[in-house]
Amino acid sequence: MLETEMSETVMSETGPLLRVRDLHAEIGDPRAPVHALRGVSFDILRGEAVGFVGESGSGKSVTARAVMRLAPEGAKVRLRGSVDFAGRDLLQLDESEMLDIRGRRIAMVFQDPMTSLNPVMTVGAQIDDIIRRHMNLSAREARARSVELLGLVGIQDPARRADDYPHQFSGGMRQRVLIAIAISCDPDLLIADEPTTALDVTVQAQILRLLLRLRDERGMSLMLITHDFGVVAGMVETVNVMYRGRIVETGRVDAVFAAPAHDYTRRLLAATPRLHRSGQAA
Amino acid sequence: MSDAARENVDIVAPAAKRRQFFLNGGHILLGLGGVMLAIVILTALFAPLIAPYDASATSPESLAPPSAAHWLGTDSIGRDVLSRMIVGGRTTLLITFSAVFLALVAGLILGLLSGYLGGLVDEIIMRALDIVFAFPVFLLALTVVAAIGPTIPNLILTIAIVYTPAMARVVRAPVLSVKQWDHVEAARSVGMSETRIVLRHVLPMVASPILVNTSLTLAQTIFTITALSFLGLGPPPPDPNWGGMVSESRQFMELAPMTVVGPAAAIVFATLTFIVLANGLRETLDVGN
Repeated sequence: MLETEMSETVMSETGPLLRVRDLHAEIGDPRAPVHALRGVSFDILRGEAVGFVGESGSGKSVTARAVMRLAPEGAKVRLRGSVDFAGRDLLQLDESEMLDIRGRRIAMVFQDPMTSLNPVMTVGAQIDDIIRRHMNLSAREARARSVELLGLVGIQDPARRADDYPHQFSGGMRQRVLIAIAISCDPDLLIADEPTTALDVTVQAQILRLLLRLRDERGMSLMLITHDFGVVAGMVETVNVMYRGRIVETGRVDAVFAAPAHDYTRRLLAATPRLHRSGQAA
Repeated sequence: MSDAARENVDIVAPAAKRRQFFLNGGHILLGLGGVMLAIVILTALFAPLIAPYDASATSPESLAPPSAAHWLGTDSIGRDVLSRMIVGGRTTLLITFSAVFLALVAGLILGLLSGYLGGLVDEIIMRALDIVFAFPVFLLALTVVAAIGPTIPNLILTIAIVYTPAMARVVRAPVLSVKQWDHVEAARSVGMSETRIVLRHVLPMVASPILVNTSLTLAQTIFTITALSFLGLGPPPPDPNWGGMVSESRQFMELAPMTVVGPAAAIVFATLTFIVLANGLRETLDVGN
């Protein structure tokens, strides 16, 4: 049933939103590079939520950053392959064109909400900044939108809270602020890189529900990166299992859960504490 | 200590605890430094109004002892020492502030470029600055001023150059770590340009050590400029300046000690102002944590 729904969405568009083909990433010294990605290919349809699961170092985060053409600070990353986003190969764009894509068409929610906000700017100012960077709005209009966004992600009394600094928010609230920043310019694709790892369990569920709700309301595609199979289970339609820089298994999430084809997926599933059974989120 | 009292102490966060007592050491120093700075700046600004005599007017009473008419006496050609001391601060402070401002701007630009871009740019900038850094500050200033002549613009430029490398290093070091912080990557991920990231998300994080270092550099510069003047490489006569006054008067020191003590005290006061200010800033801004 899911597939028919998906194909209807696709029919109205011209194909997948994101089509990554044979993506290679090499990090560090060209003479002795680390092959972080070894030929990764996947599609993300419009409005689809896709999970990327794998252990640390399997290439999930590098894949996410490659889509945005970001490298970890200080690292030299060489990318090869193609990243077609809405008909354009992002790897062929120059940096100034990428600046207009980041935050506007593709946005990212980071792992650690405690450190991902600028500590000396009010959260409102941080959202205003991005809105004004990408949209032609006055300061007043941008602030109105910021307040609306803060309310949308579940911050109480957003008009007043917009003038607070990050240290006045709890971890879960900061993650909500980061999500508000990420969706501030209505991106087509939201990448969430381990969005709940740094949060405690009750807050994790809230944040995941929030992401799902926003995906449904706004028709965004969602790329959810996690090492936690439990997280993907209730969240996504398609799951890609990554291992050592490759996607070793891909498929609908319940199918992969029910009958993992790859040995690594079986071991990964076996390594997960069995709290959730069949596609039941926390 | 009772259990209740200890509980009270334990549940207060360090930052909140500090705020409870407004007047801790840092705040006292900062307040004192502020008052001293206000005195120094106001005196320099309104010098002609405050000074009881024309600073360059001579009179027949040379080397007069302190009196009601001349509080600090007169110098060897009968000029009022107090008036010269008040007016002399203008030249000294003008050079000091301009030079440190230039050093700050140059240090910020070079330090940010070097720290943020890293790699080859960092190597080139830092090695070039190392060359300047390798010379003792005073010796370098002395040589350059002696070579190009002691005019006010030359003095400003020279002192700015000798203090730039230290400033650039103070800027660069924290930038190296701040640029790896998550919020910088987050800013990059929403399409902020690199210039904007540096100005909005890196520079504010490194402001505290820069502020402290600027204040310390001001103190050092006052000392350097007066020392140069003492050696005859200061701003040219007839305008008075502190270092020059000490130098002119030292041969009459035993006859009229106030002619040396006056300007020397002014130098000490101004230097102390910036040291007190730097320490106050350091404690209130928590630099070094």
